[in-house]
Amino acid sequence: MIPFNYLRADDVAGAVAAVADHPDAVFLAGGTNLVDRMKLGVAAPSLVVDISHLPLDQIVELSDGTVRIGATVRNSDLAAHLLIRERYPVLAQALLSGASGQLRNVATTAGNLLQRTRCVYFQDISMPCNKRDPDSGCSAREGYTRYHAILGGSAGCVAVHPSDMAVAMSVLDASVLVMGRTGERTIRLVELHRLPGDTPDQDTVLGHGELITAVDLPPFPFSHQSAYRKVRDRASYAFALVSVAAALHLGDGSGAPGSPTIRDVRIAFGGVAHKPWRATAAENFLRGTAATVANFREAADVELAQAVTLNDNAFKITMVRNTVASLLAGLTRSQVGDIGGDLAGQEQKP
Amino acid sequence: MDAQISLRVDGKDRSITVDTRTTLLDALRDRLGVTSPKKGCDHGQCGACTVLLDGRRAIICLALAVAYDGAEIITADGLAVGDALHPIQQAFLEMDALQCGYCTPGQVCSAVGMLAEVKAGAPSHVSEDLVGSIDLDDDEIRERMSGNLCRCGAYVNIVAAIGRVACEGSTP
Repeated sequence: MIPFNYLRADDVAGAVAAVADHPDAVFLAGGTNLVDRMKLGVAAPSLVVDISHLPLDQIVELSDGTVRIGATVRNSDLAAHLLIRERYPVLAQALLSGASGQLRNVATTAGNLLQRTRCVYFQDISMPCNKRDPDSGCSAREGYTRYHAILGGSAGCVAVHPSDMAVAMSVLDASVLVMGRTGERTIRLVELHRLPGDTPDQDTVLGHGELITAVDLPPFPFSHQSAYRKVRDRASYAFALVSVAAALHLGDGSGAPGSPTIRDVRIAFGGVAHKPWRATAAENFLRGTAATVANFREAADVELAQAVTLNDNAFKITMVRNTVASLLAGLTRSQVGDIGGDLAGQEQKP
Repeated sequence: MDAQISLRVDGKDRSITVDTRTTLLDALRDRLGVTSPKKGCDHGQCGACTVLLDGRRAIICLALAVAYDGAEIITADGLAVGDALHPIQQAFLEMDALQCGYCTPGQVCSAVGMLAEVKAGAPSHVSEDLVGSIDLDDDEIRERMSGNLCRCGAYVNIVAAIGRVACEGSTP
């Protein structure tokens, strides 16, 4: 680790100014990813500005029903908050499926959004990597690609965003409040992270010195009918191979007998792209159709039509399809009971 | 860059000057002689350095010491009161919940922190219901302790030891 100066910020404006003034300064919150990258030599800031003591650690409900989550709210506190558990189960489940108890006690909301990929080539400074060292080449493309992207990748980068929380927040239509030198702005969460294109070194649309101060969850009527499903190489404490977040709003039984109509649905994929992947094509396919496993699977295929697989990750196509079907079938059952037929245990076909 | 920091470690106030690059784990082990937290992976993946940091379980290999000026730390060493072991420590001994012992201080601190989280009603990834009461069965213990690896594979007895203490409800 190269030597660096440390500054404990007293207020948001001071933190923003301190980082904006130094081209290689960084914000530090929980540090569970940043400090690791500093140890690996992937990050080498000359100034570390500690924002963990700023008063950004509250979860409040605004008068319009929006839930505002402070940037430094710990992952464990967010997952355990009764408002989140009752109103946004998809978010509580996503948080609880990430990392370990000890890490969740330290890791923060904004830090979770801004954590960087765990692509092994990105984290190994002896290997070429366009994300770490622009125009040096991508070692992953012809390397071991079990954990890499199938959607939205580019010739220069096939890394995936590692967050579970962000996938849940993307189906909740969250917004990110950002403070910069020239004032505050709001960014839709689905637009915070970017696809790699020719500049994979840039994970997000944030400018240098811009600080996330909060995440807003707007109210929506079926947020409580939501869930998160994560598939990984071991049962706990592992990053997703594939994950799916969904919220499902069924009609009042006006569809065909045994198959309620889908009034509205929101779906996002994790572990498959450089950003949380909001599956709008799948959502558009499902709106107005019957809630059947066949339709759930077809919706996944509509979204996955644009997938490009690598040497070791073609399995993700099947895995996403099955996970979408399983999760949506579960959400259907939880609302209308086991309606038999199409939903009866068929969602796990290869 | 050097910085002066104060820590309260296992009930004792300590003050040291650290390079900003020093982790809390290295500050404890190399500067303060507190060797109960162990360095396993040094990358936040094994849990051997788990302590109670300001009352909650946390790993400290990814914590910069300078960022924790004023923090209170309780290591496995500080859990005992005199010669009286903490119930979790006693259960680990009696149930053979270790072999080489390297991961044990981290396991013990993690278990103590975990039981407090359960007591506060925090659900886990395997909880049936996000808002219901928690039945701390073996699956729950395994999930909640997944951040602590044991290369000897003493997991079976670790789960049993923690389960026994949870049943007795004897954690403070």
